[in-house]
Amino acid sequence: MSAPMVESPRAWRVNYLNVSYGIRSWLFTTDHKRIALLYLVSVTLFFFLGGFFAVLIRLELMTPPGDLVQSETYNRLFTMHGVIMIFFFLIPAIPAVLGNFLVPLMIGARDLAFPRLNLLSWYIYTLGGAFTLAAAIFGGVDTGWTFYTPYSSTYSNSNVMLTAVGIFITGFSSILTGLNFLVTIHKMRAPGMTWFRLPLFIWAHYATSIIMILGTPVVAIAILLVGLERLFHIGIFDPKLGGDPLLFQHLFWFYSHPAVYIMILPAMGVINELITCFSRRRIFGYSFIAFSSIAIATLGFLVWGHHMFTSGQSVYAGMVFSALTMLVAIPSAVKVFNWTATLYKGSVSYQAPMLYALGFIGLFTIGGLTGIFLATLAVDVHVHDTYFVVAHFHYIMVGGTIMAYLGGLHYWWPKMTGKIYPEGWARFAALVIFVGFNLTFFPQFVLGYLGMPRRYHVYPDEFQVLNVMSSAGASILGVGYLIPMIYFIWSLRYGPMAPENPWGAKGLEWLVPSPPPPHNFDVTPVVTGEPYDYSPESEREHAR
Amino acid sequence: MRAEMSSTSPSTASATSIASGRSPLAHHFDDLEQQFEASTLGMWVFLITEVMFFGGLFASYALYRALYPEGFAVASRHLDYRLGALNTAVLICSSLTMALAVRSAQLGRSRALRLFLALTMALGLVFLGVKVIEYSHKIHEHLVPGPSFRFEGPQARAAQLFFSFYFAMTGLHALHMVVGIGVLAVLWILAWRGRFSPQYYTPVEVAGLYWHFVDVVWIYLFPLLYLISRT
Repeated sequence: MSAPMVESPRAWRVNYLNVSYGIRSWLFTTDHKRIALLYLVSVTLFFFLGGFFAVLIRLELMTPPGDLVQSETYNRLFTMHGVIMIFFFLIPAIPAVLGNFLVPLMIGARDLAFPRLNLLSWYIYTLGGAFTLAAAIFGGVDTGWTFYTPYSSTYSNSNVMLTAVGIFITGFSSILTGLNFLVTIHKMRAPGMTWFRLPLFIWAHYATSIIMILGTPVVAIAILLVGLERLFHIGIFDPKLGGDPLLFQHLFWFYSHPAVYIMILPAMGVINELITCFSRRRIFGYSFIAFSSIAIATLGFLVWGHHMFTSGQSVYAGMVFSALTMLVAIPSAVKVFNWTATLYKGSVSYQAPMLYALGFIGLFTIGGLTGIFLATLAVDVHVHDTYFVVAHFHYIMVGGTIMAYLGGLHYWWPKMTGKIYPEGWARFAALVIFVGFNLTFFPQFVLGYLGMPRRYHVYPDEFQVLNVMSSAGASILGVGYLIPMIYFIWSLRYGPMAPENPWGAKGLEWLVPSPPPPHNFDVTPVVTGEPYDYSPESEREHAR
Repeated sequence: MRAEMSSTSPSTASATSIASGRSPLAHHFDDLEQQFEASTLGMWVFLITEVMFFGGLFASYALYRALYPEGFAVASRHLDYRLGALNTAVLICSSLTMALAVRSAQLGRSRALRLFLALTMALGLVFLGVKVIEYSHKIHEHLVPGPSFRFEGPQARAAQLFFSFYFAMTGLHALHMVVGIGVLAVLWILAWRGRFSPQYYTPVEVAGLYWHFVDVVWIYLFPLLYLISRT
């Protein structure tokens, strides 16, 4: 790094946070970094709202009889929990917050290709969120987050329309984000930033964008048809009128299975950055990891039928979907092996982001391996719609995506805010979350295998011990999520100023001051080497 | 990652263009060529999402067509293929005028650009007008799905499904036409204010891509809904 960037972190400098003030400067901003913060606030609100529904669910499940809420209320609780967490937190969390902030910085661009479209996508997200919030306030939805027909299209008396409109609208924010990333990665890379010099975070977001672009429109049309059916009483999904309810499941899962990869691929992208930085090693098998992201995105579109093994789809289709689903394990395992190989003989240090990364690898592996159980036709018939499935996807979504999201948030917090968070508290919170998570969801594997079905609030007495363990774990997990929220806000005011590269990390985003200037790079960087260059020479250079 | 700060940076070029007031070059692009490429790629990607959007409907339509071949054939005979053919011709002409509009923009012929944009909008409105006539016929014949639907014979259920798809697909297509006409109207105003030049005509090009796409959707809708198994 050359001399002009070296300056005292305390000197006043124009950055994207202090360049202008006032509510208008935020609501009409086209700066990708500010939009990322808008998203950060919104997804955090939805995260805690979705968490609130989870608290009520776990409270109810403390005891075998349904003594806290009635069945109908319970149906609404788990539906709202699923809808809010999936569509309004997990899908936008990493791409729209960390991706928005980092994609231009990491490739040496001054902004995303379409800054106004980026702002529009936040407004669309907010509008969709408003519809869903309205649905929650007017009594919620009881269809499950999957909106299976004909219950959702004909029989349900809850706020299906409001929620469907909310999800339909929010889908477009996801499409626009994906479109923006894709074009930005193609057309806005700095000189010398070739495809194989891109950080793997970018490859992961590229693969995610492909899924957002190809999948989201299909769920939009499925939701549109459900809406038309409710409004005009046509029968596309209604067997009484000649329609086929299974068609909805096909259309829905054509998006909603790849949507799982919208949640996990960016998380994997974050993990690449954390593992390399905190083991001071270049990534093992760069191109394998890069192409495994693309492979996951591609295969992800061919496996939707594994959600329908018991829905009456043809058994031959089931066999093909089962085999294809197992194939997804290959690129996923490639990533896990390569991360492990990267750690091998590295100078590993255990700062908070690294704790999250290591937690991610363990939990994702458990979630992924139980996914292979579920891909097996015969086993799936046994555990379908039980807590085994619930535990499996929470290991991926909560143990995977949220761990990586929090790890990434800690890692880039100094860059985003210019402040250092308290490391001791952060490590403590990471451990609390890890323990709380496992205590919440591991018993659910056992519960499911023993036969406890999902989506019921009444269960036999013999399941109580495991359910109480799960609820106890959930309370620990909840505390674990509150601690970072508190110290992050605390650090905004009282945290020490962050230098431009607190971790000694590689990557263009660490070459600019923290927080970055409004247009990221005062001088366009020219890239001359590979990413993750944690070679002994460059390490010595950094030490100086 | 190793990176150097280049001394001859393209960003100085964009800094001057910001200073010069209403430049068509946005601050985050290095030059107009990069901006043009990004915008057209963006529109192509958007069209891919549109393909998937309509694709869901086409796939569902194909499924029900396979389930109820006779019912769909009977129902499709209630569509007026002459009006459909007329609309096909109208849209193909509008694609020509749109292509001529883009060409005029490339050559910097502002008057021709405005003329061809206006012609394209007019043809789009003709299409919508014909569509309104067709829709009103269907309403009179009680062929709108729902409680008011009337259809004689054993194929009533399949026919109602057919018309559900007919209205969903053509309605969504018509909505895209309305949006397209709105976009062209904005372009016309911009052209009138002299915003386009042979160096900068990206919005016209991008809107042209969209317009052609909407036409192509109709090229598929027309045979699928009006023509198959008509004889």
